[in-house]
Amino acid sequence: MRIDIEDLGAHRGGRPVVSGVSVSVPSGTVLGLLGPNGSGKSTLLRAVSGIASPSSGRVLLDGTDLASLSRRETALRVAVMTQEHSEEFEIPVLDMVLLGRIPHGHGFGRDTGRDTAVAMEALGRVGAADLAHRSFSALSGGERQRVLFARALAQETPVLVLDEPTNHLDIAHQLELLDLVRTAGRTAVVALHDLNLAARSCDAVGVLAGGRLAALGAPEEVLTTGLIRSAFDVDSTAVAHPDSGRRHFIFDSRTSTRRRDDAAPATPSPEGITLP
Amino acid sequence: MTETTSGHPGARPPGRSPAVPGPERGAAPPASAAPPAPAAPRRRGALAVRVLVPALALALAALLLLSTSIGTIEVAPADAFRIITGHLVPGMPWMSDGSLTPVQDNAVWQFRLPRALLAALTGAALALAGALIQAVVHNSLAEPYILGVSAGAGAGAVSYIVLGIGIGSLGIGASAFAGALLATGAVYLLARKNGRIAPQRLILAGVALGSLFSAVTSYLTITTDAQNVFGIMFFLLGSVSAATMGHLALPAAALAAVGVFAALRARALNALLVGDDAAASLGVNVNRLRTTVLAASALLTGAVVAVSGGIGFVGLVVPHVARIIVGSDHRKMLPVAVLAGAVFLAGSDLLARTLAEPTEIPLGVLTALVGAPFFLWLLRRDRAEGAGAGR
Repeated sequence: MRIDIEDLGAHRGGRPVVSGVSVSVPSGTVLGLLGPNGSGKSTLLRAVSGIASPSSGRVLLDGTDLASLSRRETALRVAVMTQEHSEEFEIPVLDMVLLGRIPHGHGFGRDTGRDTAVAMEALGRVGAADLAHRSFSALSGGERQRVLFARALAQETPVLVLDEPTNHLDIAHQLELLDLVRTAGRTAVVALHDLNLAARSCDAVGVLAGGRLAALGAPEEVLTTGLIRSAFDVDSTAVAHPDSGRRHFIFDSRTSTRRRDDAAPATPSPEGITLP
Repeated sequence: MTETTSGHPGARPPGRSPAVPGPERGAAPPASAAPPAPAAPRRRGALAVRVLVPALALALAALLLLSTSIGTIEVAPADAFRIITGHLVPGMPWMSDGSLTPVQDNAVWQFRLPRALLAALTGAALALAGALIQAVVHNSLAEPYILGVSAGAGAGAVSYIVLGIGIGSLGIGASAFAGALLATGAVYLLARKNGRIAPQRLILAGVALGSLFSAVTSYLTITTDAQNVFGIMFFLLGSVSAATMGHLALPAAALAAVGVFAALRARALNALLVGDDAAASLGVNVNRLRTTVLAASALLTGAVVAVSGGIGFVGLVVPHVARIIVGSDHRKMLPVAVLAGAVFLAGSDLLARTLAEPTEIPLGVLTALVGAPFFLWLLRRDRAEGAGAGR
């Protein structure tokens, strides 16, 4: 399913946080969203997933305006992995993953055999099948992330929206989760912090700075030491991987001479992504 | 993480090669793999529900029968059963053959049965309202009265007793119901901002308005004639002693309607347990769900409080007991909470009118006296940890 984000603006807590963002994500590709803390990644993802309505612009899924879809219709198209979780009441891991089946069922309905099978398979794919009967709140941070990702998979949607899915994960599970995203055959928008990981795992990356899209394109074109300096205020050195030749960044130090506020805005690249 | 041993399609040891892509999903596991994928695994609480719901229903029926036979006028349980069925099914021979006295008939059908039924209805309604409100405000300390219902009902009832302010000739129940709706409406409007109900604001508005209404009640109570005070205290502590069959209609209708509504929303309520954003992404219209559930709970609580007064403890604790036993899944927990609430309050009322005969212990006092130690015992058991009580 193709995603077209058109001139999107979004508020959070009554304050404009994102403005003028236009991105197209072709069906089956992975778009990585990068940017410093507070640059608007989560707010943009909330608008793209339909959790919050945008203040301006629109989001199209295969040409259908997200705003014209009911909550359930949206949930059948977009699965979301957010960073918030309410801790007040206890819930077993399998029940947590089965929540992903809600859009597929009716009000009081029991979980069907297929619901349980899909949920167990999703847990298996993230390597968490043995956690099924544990209590969610008794899990480690990384285990929780994988269970929440399994819930998103169990929702069986063509689109995945993932807000920092690799948080708390060890390096093996980071790589594995992003490989799962790549091979799931779904369209994905993923907020990430690790630039090298993003370069490795995304078909395209968008860099947000101050709520605007500072750069957009294939990772090897967009990610440069210059962009890292202007967007993150960090000096870095690019090195080629000895085997693959792929560009990696070594972070040297925080750019001390100027603050981000004074930084010249990076030139946005033309809209739309060119894919390799 | 331990090495994955299950033969699930797609289950792999972590940290190895990338996932099996779509087409191969569901393919048969390699020959060397361990047993086939486990069928639907057993879920916590499933068995408990299957045993618990019929057991509680039986206990309730037994308790109701026991309540109708115990009292100063002696009626054997079998006779009580004959009287009740005789009233429900026309043409039963024992109703006219003189084996039952009119006094017995009166005691069972006019006094004890309506009273026991009202106690059961009240318990069921408060437990249901409590469970619903705890879910929609994300707070395990929430209870039906958090919306200011009981404080409003108390102020309404006391206004009627002391000042004679009431709606025409409808009496204390109608005044209490009006007070409950007034308070709830005010809490709702105060908690609403930009068309959205914030749970935290709702709780705080409820607590603040509850204090306000309680202050009015206290002032009226302390300044009124001494003869009124007993009636006021009786209402504020809650009682089902004056129940008639006519009193049952409103709470029964409210319980049935809200029960059906809750059943239809059970899965959406499950989603709400993990947070507003998550629920929204699972297709739940969070704001509409919260608003309708609050309105339904307020009406249910108001309908009960108007008849039975402010019986505390049930709405807070019974939902927690249900969660500790069968987990937080509302499809299992709501039926258990409703039945447990009915059993608990019907049992408490039986004790309230028999323990200190011929005087009566106020029901609200007894629910706390009996319920608190039981709940504290339950809270310290291991399973309570699993239900989130250990945090």
